[in-house]
Amino acid sequence: MVLVYAESPRGQFKKAAFEAVTFGKKLADQMGCPCAAVVLGPVQGDPGELGRYGASRVLQVSDDALQTLDSQSYTQVLAEVARQVGAEVVVMSHTSTGKTLAGRVAVRLKAGLVSGVSGVSEVSGDGRLVVRKSVFSGKATAEYAIISPIKVLSLMGNAIRPEVEGQAVPVEALSVAVPAPRVRVREVRTVEGRVPLPEAEVVVSAGRGMKDPSNWGIVEELADVLGATTACSRPVADSHWRPHHEHVGQTGIAIRPNLYIAIGISGAIQHLAGVNNSKVIVVINKDPEAPFFKAADYGVVGDLFEVVPRLTESIRKFKAAQ
Amino acid sequence: MKFLVCISQTPDTTARVAFTPDGKAYDGTGVTFIMNPYDEWYALVRACELREALGGTVVALNVGPAANETTIRKALAIGADEAVRIDAEPTSSAFTARQIAEYARSENFDLIFLGKETIDYNGAEVGAMVAEYLDLPYIAFASKLDLEGNRAVVERDIEGGVEVVEVDLPFVVSAAKGMAEQRIPNMRGIMMARTKPLKVVPPVPVEEPVQVVKFTLPPPKAGVKLVNPEDMDELVRLLHEEAKVI
Ligand SMILES: Cc1cc2nc3c(=O)[nH]c(=O)nc-3n(C[C@H](O)[C@H](O)[C@H](O)COP(=O)(O)OP(=O)(O)OC[C@H]3O[C@@H](n4cnc5c(N)ncnc54)[C@H](O)[C@@H]3O)c2cc1C
Repeated sequence: MVLVYAESPRGQFKKAAFEAVTFGKKLADQMGCPCAAVVLGPVQGDPGELGRYGASRVLQVSDDALQTLDSQSYTQVLAEVARQVGAEVVVMSHTSTGKTLAGRVAVRLKAGLVSGVSGVSEVSGDGRLVVRKSVFSGKATAEYAIISPIKVLSLMGNAIRPEVEGQAVPVEALSVAVPAPRVRVREVRTVEGRVPLPEAEVVVSAGRGMKDPSNWGIVEELADVLGATTACSRPVADSHWRPHHEHVGQTGIAIRPNLYIAIGISGAIQHLAGVNNSKVIVVINKDPEAPFFKAADYGVVGDLFEVVPRLTESIRKFKAAQ
Repeated sequence: MKFLVCISQTPDTTARVAFTPDGKAYDGTGVTFIMNPYDEWYALVRACELREALGGTVVALNVGPAANETTIRKALAIGADEAVRIDAEPTSSAFTARQIAEYARSENFDLIFLGKETIDYNGAEVGAMVAEYLDLPYIAFASKLDLEGNRAVVERDIEGGVEVVEVDLPFVVSAAKGMAEQRIPNMRGIMMARTKPLKVVPPVPVEEPVQVVKFTLPPPKAGVKLVNPEDMDELVRLLHEEAKVI
């Protein structure tokens, strides 16, 4: 059995949960076993919908104590559910939630863990599972064989597209004792409006070439027409031109969108480390020697203050014609 | 207060990445190694700040061979009071976490810090594992940490925001950007680091549930396609028809 923990931060499923179930179902098919999804805590909407992404069973422990992500109580519950269903592989998402839990659950289940997995290379009859992940900040790929009887994986965001193939299934309520959380949530502050960077499919990012924070209007406009999330280089965040959560790179967030548009960013190795897993990279820079062009799929050599508004206009025309 | 800061050593951020001919291991020949930035800039500095405010001891711990002692001395120069090196190659996160936990088990630390991940293997696994071995709460990706007596108020990064949580000591925390500002060791710190205690501890044996099959470098990019800056309609067409991303 492949057991997918379909995370629902603050009571809501996000794309990460659908990706994990889709991945779990494909893995289960390769292993020749069923895929179950488990939901922890109360959620908005019908968790049975996870059946549409390939879970043949959806289990829920809806105890209110699980509204707080406390790694100890979550681990206790996940390990108990894994034991009850006889899970051979436990799949989670490589998100802030998954990173809080994966190592802990692996130790509890005496399982081998590979985190940030982007794909499965081999499922062999003798119980070995070979998976791939990106390492050295995107500069290399590693393949790891997990040889323990129980295995834990966390799936990198945007590594797979959620696929709807089945039907919603009835939700099975599980009663598992939930220990009282030792962590208490005081407050949650979220940035409204745009899709969070780690989940974004299109990212518009700008660097020191913007000259001044007051110039960011053209970046915002381009992001708006594309439905994109904005990001920035490290010096831009360090000088407080943009908020810290926009900082991408080796010491910021690592992302893998379908489209990354870099505006006035030179493409230092530490910046590339956070973005070189993007599917398509567009670079706009006035310096034809900027190192970023070597990592780009499409390049525009020109003044960003002219090129960016022009690009926004072209996309607006394109969207209107669609 | 007794603070433990787990530090790891990683290749410098500009280092080329190469592997041994069989593809089974990282080839560090000629590479400069540094303290993992999250461990140094955020975890270690915040621990030192808290020690300065509240008194106590900061212990820097590294699982690694004797060659890592330069990095460990740097941690002492930045402000750790003493250091421990567990004398083994940190072959995996499972191995490293077990060594840290075995050492920390008998030492009764009030707070155990790590960086949010290492910049080489990018696992973000060790903190949660250590916490589980020690049966302690774990807060991942903390960008702010304050102590109010025996209780900590911690901001942890979540997708698109922060969650502010409260937790009683002791616990394990992984540090992200924002928790502190990088400190450059000064001359006095460097001199003092030479005489601070550095204890070497033997490792405990660990069964490895995960094995490296191979490392590969990505194929080189096909090369950039330049688009006329006057003709952004063409770029849009390429992104739609060729790259199929819009
Ligand atoms: C340990 C370490 C970790 C680091 N981590 C990160 C990280 O996580 N993320 C990160 O981003 N950086 C990181 N850095 C910093 C990195 O090395 C670079 O300094 C940084 O990425 C440069 O930012 P930039 O490209 O915005 O600025 P610059 O390098 O100054 O580049 C600005 C670019 O804008 C172009 N430009 C200027 N004006 C225009 C115009 N009118 N039109 C078009 N183009 C224009 C210029 O040609 C230039 O290429 C790190 C450095 C170190 C040492």
